[in-house]
Amino acid sequence: MTFAAASSRLVGSRINRKEDPRLLTGRGRYVDDVVVPDMLNAAFARSDIARGRIVSIETTAAAAAPGVVAVLTGTDLNPLLAGPIAATPTLGMGSPGPHKVLADDEVRYVGDPYAMVVARSRAEAEDAVELIELDVESLVPVADYTTALLSDERVHPQLEDNRAGGMVQPLDDELRTLLESAPYSATDTFVQNRYLAVPMETRGIVAWWDPGRMSFDIWVSTQSPHDVRTVTARVTGVSENQVRVQMGDVGGGFGQKAYLARDEQIVILASYHLGCPVKWIEDRRENLVAATSSRAERATVSIAADQLGNILGVRVDHIDEVGAYPMAGSAAMMGAVIFTGPYRIPKLSFSTDSVYTNTCSRAPYRGPWQIETYVREQAVDSLARNMGLDPIELRRRNVLQRDQLPYLLPIGLSLDHVSPAETLEQAAAMIDYDGFRAWQRQEFAAGRLVGVGIGLYIEPQSAMGPYAAEPAHIRIQPDGSTDVYLGSGSHGQGIETTTAQIVSENVGVPFDTVKVHQGDTGTTPYAFGTGGSRSGPILGAAIQLAARDLRSKIVEIAAHQLEASPDDIEVTGGVAAVRGTPTRARTIGEISRSAYLDLGALPPGMEPGLETLKRYKTDMPFLFSNACHMCTVEVDGSTGSVRILRFVVSEDCGVMINPSVVEGQIAGGAVQGIGGALLEDFIYDADGNPLTTTFLDYLLPTASDVPQIEYGHVETPATTPGGFKGVGEGGAIGAPAAVANAVNDALHLVGARVREAPFSPARIVEALEAVGR
Amino acid sequence: MAVNGIPRTASVEDRRTLAEFLREQCGLTGTHLGCEHGVCGACTVLLDGGAVRSCLLFAAQLQDAEVTTIEGLSAEDGSLSPVQQAFADHHGLQCGFCTPGFVVSVTAFLSSNPAPTDGEIAHALSGNLCRCTGYQGIIAAVKAVAGR
Ligand code: FES
Ligand code: FES
Repeated sequence: MTFAAASSRLVGSRINRKEDPRLLTGRGRYVDDVVVPDMLNAAFARSDIARGRIVSIETTAAAAAPGVVAVLTGTDLNPLLAGPIAATPTLGMGSPGPHKVLADDEVRYVGDPYAMVVARSRAEAEDAVELIELDVESLVPVADYTTALLSDERVHPQLEDNRAGGMVQPLDDELRTLLESAPYSATDTFVQNRYLAVPMETRGIVAWWDPGRMSFDIWVSTQSPHDVRTVTARVTGVSENQVRVQMGDVGGGFGQKAYLARDEQIVILASYHLGCPVKWIEDRRENLVAATSSRAERATVSIAADQLGNILGVRVDHIDEVGAYPMAGSAAMMGAVIFTGPYRIPKLSFSTDSVYTNTCSRAPYRGPWQIETYVREQAVDSLARNMGLDPIELRRRNVLQRDQLPYLLPIGLSLDHVSPAETLEQAAAMIDYDGFRAWQRQEFAAGRLVGVGIGLYIEPQSAMGPYAAEPAHIRIQPDGSTDVYLGSGSHGQGIETTTAQIVSENVGVPFDTVKVHQGDTGTTPYAFGTGGSRSGPILGAAIQLAARDLRSKIVEIAAHQLEASPDDIEVTGGVAAVRGTPTRARTIGEISRSAYLDLGALPPGMEPGLETLKRYKTDMPFLFSNACHMCTVEVDGSTGSVRILRFVVSEDCGVMINPSVVEGQIAGGAVQGIGGALLEDFIYDADGNPLTTTFLDYLLPTASDVPQIEYGHVETPATTPGGFKGVGEGGAIGAPAAVANAVNDALHLVGARVREAPFSPARIVEALEAVGR
Repeated sequence: MAVNGIPRTASVEDRRTLAEFLREQCGLTGTHLGCEHGVCGACTVLLDGGAVRSCLLFAAQLQDAEVTTIEGLSAEDGSLSPVQQAFADHHGLQCGFCTPGFVVSVTAFLSSNPAPTDGEIAHALSGNLCRCTGYQGIIAAVKAVAGR
């Protein structure tokens, strides 16, 4: 073993990722790469109507088809359910409807599974699905969420209405008066289109109940391997220590794979029922139609300001849909918490309704509450226009300055350690906001429509309930190599790399000798999983605590063995040495060997071994990062198409562990947001039929659609160990608002406005025609 | 057919795609399936040196073909090809699922056009979908290999 590289100052460096060599050479291991002896393959029979009463399901022909082992319906599997199918954190939230995995009374959305074929090969399973005859009496679906509360039809007949949840923070008289009598105000209804997570790897699972060993082995594409174990145990009735879940490499999740959905639970129950390994790999149509839905919401926002442009208050009336079987429901509460975001806004009223519809079920998607930024930032622009102010000027008058922190949000929560004013100004400088305004006038005179838009926001990381804590287990082996075991479920975030950076720097061992293990419940400590942008602030803090703890032990052992004071021991590059006397040194390997094998060489009374498990828990309900997105666009006045000219992000995620990883998260999120604002649109017709079921209709951004993203960094450390903050979701939160405002800034030149996304050519042309262009 | 220089003889069902053949019969699971309808490019392999979508080709049609997969692009000692190294150096991947398709496509593209313009790069990459990177690191990697 070589101990060449110095290991200090790794936190903050753009070191290459540990994940990359295997992923670049085709040696990653994703769930579809898993093959188990005698493994069977599953395919689902799914409803092709939005709502209907099941009269009968005829499976005889399918069961007799070549290669078929079993055709399972709700009659077979629903009675096996030993516990609720909801994801663990949402158990207490009163999840909807009957707890059943396969539809047996009604089908409730296009894609609702009502039977599953298990066959020797996937092709045979898919062929047999075609032979299943579903006799279904179609019913009037609840297809439009905006009218779902008025509908006489019920998505779940046992419920009084289609309301899945809601909240009213009442409009008090003071705010009502303010909104009515303030010198300036604006009221608009903004619509956010339904767009989806779309990980490039679809969902998939191999579930293997071995009745001989009485144990479950599960390989799955997930963000939360430990919760897959918990849910498996709950729905089958086995105990958690009979279940081992491994996730391997995962091809993206963005929230879609945070909670184990019905589909995977059906596979688990089928394996339990049949006693053999069953694999299911979702196809792309299933992923678009039946995996999870997201966004699809609208809000009416009224905002008012005084004569000087001080914002006085906001009223928000919001509605969103959660589909038929939401795994986590609406995120509107979070939106309400952070609605006033980066501004001083003393009064807020926020009412929201979440409704069931006969559409695919909602799940979290990257910044699930981002409607708050999307509509707030557009409302601020509306107010600025009504005042005759530049949108950046109104923001400057209201943005929270550092000396105004901590700021008590109207919802009663304290906001601190953020830098909205700094990121606003940094982004404005980067994009040369004033210069752009001058150029915009020139270009308009020459007949071009160009615009600039701002998306300024605070990004909360929830640290409530199971999200407050994370473990990190570090073990230095007798040869001095270091293993780190995490309960996380990295699926692109580079956690193997960033963890090794923290460990290397804080223990004092070389980066190359640190190996990070995650995604295997057999070896890693329990944690909820990767999501909510918590890997930096909470997992990072746990890793730092554990690393420092281990370093102390190394120092103690070295001091004892070198007969020096612990204060004089330095640990770096895998060597513990007496400061100023590099010849008096022990390698980590020597120290570690003594900790396991030469116990007499340890300080008296010291516990043998060189490992530690630390759990970090924060007492703060939320941690905050913040950013400002600014972009410039050109709108083609005849075709209505939008081209992004520049896209700038000024981000404050506290201390950066690896700026390349940070920028990768920003870029990926921003491009998803750009996609949602301009291209992506999952459309249902009035009968609840999805119209965008392939990549030919559901348009993801390609390399030709995206601008070069320019990054600026502001660093306000968090108060957590390490000072890291979350950065996984923000890109997707800020970008749609910035794009919406930029498009409307260009359209404003001719008096046009679009309030409904996506900002498609057709919609823009319509808006231009409405003002006679 | 020869796959990564190794002759392969097999009888295959007529509906078996090249992607399935590579993944299931050759054990070469680096070729990924992101859509199975010819749009995402994750399944891209080299067929007689040109980039093709292995989800759209039937294995049975390719009797005397030379196929190179992602596994065949790195050196035998495991060291990365210049394109692979550039992806690592420029953070051109996150989850890695789209990556084999991009690396194969870029390898074919740069061998036919070693000095592309920005527009040509964007155009060449637009046949492959990535949901993680926003294409930023991928474009930077291609420019780096092209010496720009
Ligand atoms: S899997 Fe072949 S193009 Fe998507
Ligand atoms: S790296 Fe995840 S899809 Fe490209």
